[in-house]
Amino acid sequence: MKTTRHPRPTGYAVFLAPGLLLSLLFLVVPLVMTFYYSLTQWQGVGEPTWIGFDNYTRLFSDADFWASFRNIAFVIVGIAVVPTLLGLFLAALLFDYIGKKHGDGFVSLFRSGLYLPQVIPVAVTGLMWGWILAPEGAVNSVLEKIGLNSLAQNWLGDPDLALWMVLAVLVWMQLGYPLVLFLSGLQRIDPELYEAASLDGATWWQRFTRITVPILRPEVYVVLVTTTIAGLKVFAQIFVLTGGGPGNSTLVPAYFAYQNFFERADVGYGSAISSTITLLVLIIAGTMLTRQAREDG
Amino acid sequence: MTTHTTSTAPPGHRRKAVKAEAGKAKATGNRRSPGSYAVLAAVAVFVLAFLAPFIVILLNSFKTSADFRTNGSLSLPAQWNWSIIAEVWDRVGFTQKLFNSIQISLGVVLIAVLLALFNAYAIGIGRIRWRTPFLIFFLGVNVLPQEGLVYPIYYLFKEMGLYDGKLGYTILVGITYSAFGTYLLSSVFASFPRELIEAASMDGAGRWTILWRIVLPMSWPTLSVMCVFFFVWSWNEFLYPLVLLISNDNQTVPLGLSVMQGQYTSDPTSMSAAALLGIVPMVVFFLIFQRSLTRGMTAGAVK
Repeated sequence: MKTTRHPRPTGYAVFLAPGLLLSLLFLVVPLVMTFYYSLTQWQGVGEPTWIGFDNYTRLFSDADFWASFRNIAFVIVGIAVVPTLLGLFLAALLFDYIGKKHGDGFVSLFRSGLYLPQVIPVAVTGLMWGWILAPEGAVNSVLEKIGLNSLAQNWLGDPDLALWMVLAVLVWMQLGYPLVLFLSGLQRIDPELYEAASLDGATWWQRFTRITVPILRPEVYVVLVTTTIAGLKVFAQIFVLTGGGPGNSTLVPAYFAYQNFFERADVGYGSAISSTITLLVLIIAGTMLTRQAREDG
Repeated sequence: MTTHTTSTAPPGHRRKAVKAEAGKAKATGNRRSPGSYAVLAAVAVFVLAFLAPFIVILLNSFKTSADFRTNGSLSLPAQWNWSIIAEVWDRVGFTQKLFNSIQISLGVVLIAVLLALFNAYAIGIGRIRWRTPFLIFFLGVNVLPQEGLVYPIYYLFKEMGLYDGKLGYTILVGITYSAFGTYLLSSVFASFPRELIEAASMDGAGRWTILWRIVLPMSWPTLSVMCVFFFVWSWNEFLYPLVLLISNDNQTVPLGLSVMQGQYTSDPTSMSAAALLGIVPMVVFFLIFQRSLTRGMTAGAVK
């Protein structure tokens, strides 16, 4: 830490004081309190009863908790993996094909269109899709119009389908994020690299795998890290679309914790769930960041 | 990107450059062919299909219930009428919700940007002792899941009389975002031209003067992008307002509308109108601040 050769400028610490104090008070104190609650049995009123790690052992044998974790794995596919892959392909297509043949106007038009779901409030996105996927909704209307009545479903009400629908909505919401990031990353590429490659007879696919993907590696990394973390925190989509149901088929940890806090008055147990997520998020973020720091040299 | 960058290539690329020169018109593949129009059309269809949910919402918000029942959700409205939208507007108390959202988001932006500016000034420019641990602290705070904090906050806010009030909520969200802002601004400030600061302090400028007269104006591009971003984030928040802003007078737009979900499931045109009301403000904002939004995202992601 003591590497400065200039005399250290003094008196700047005062600028850090308000931000640091407020963060400690509003964020760190609650964090510690949640962890403390997780070691107690508490209904939110009266005195918490210390029970040690009982809430955590209860978690391990709770089918709902495991279901919520299995669902989170799906959510991460929908929010991180699929949008990244699709975004990579689309970004390359827009940058290295549409842009070159038909102009940047199309690229920015398409980019804006695909980014739009990113700025809509998540709750409103849920409202909108909940309505579209409803038994009387637009999807079933389309199926009826084209004579496929038999395929009409109660999309969000069927335990086997609901999670897939949530997944589809997540992909729809998230696609714009990697796309915009990748398109801006592609600006780094010297256009001559592509030109030279095509002169040497490289096909579009070869340029994609040999130039685009390697160059976009930092962005891919950032997208995967941030969206995986976002996946662990998914709440509003589930709250508005399915309420975790039917059964526990779309239950996620954040919603499960919320239920325990505010619906079942089981604050200790809810805190154990949210402490577990918090720990997971910090571990993932920490690992990824140290890895990135090491790669940066 | 369509620019055919001519050969200003560094020496190492000479072979490629020469080749590019030779075959530029023909072989770089910039000709439009029937195939390229097919690809363009395919992408256009994909984007349209992607935006179809918005179109469906738009169509059905202007229908009467009778129209919806006879013609379904995909036809054009027999008559474009505003009555359902107006009715939902009233029922939700949309004017109040809009006002709340705007007030809260502006407050959040102000608090978050100001705190981030101070923090980053100390860390990035002041280079205070232990700046790396502080930075790691803010980075950690930045990823904390809200569900891990929400119950104690709910409890403490009740104790402190901040529950169901805009003030406490605004401060809370502002602080949350300031962690991200600190991280972003510190990295920007780390490469701030030091000579400027040294020159100013030679001239006798104090730390406040340097912050307001030199650092603030020069970091305005980053700050403005941050403002746009924080505004959208705050507008779209869900868990905190769900728990902390429960009364009608304090609810934000997304909260007020999502309540509709439970109440009017059997009333499709109202549902659609509610979704439309939630979509429009952000679409307008998006159209105005599109560039800042996309720039902001990349600024935070890859340095």
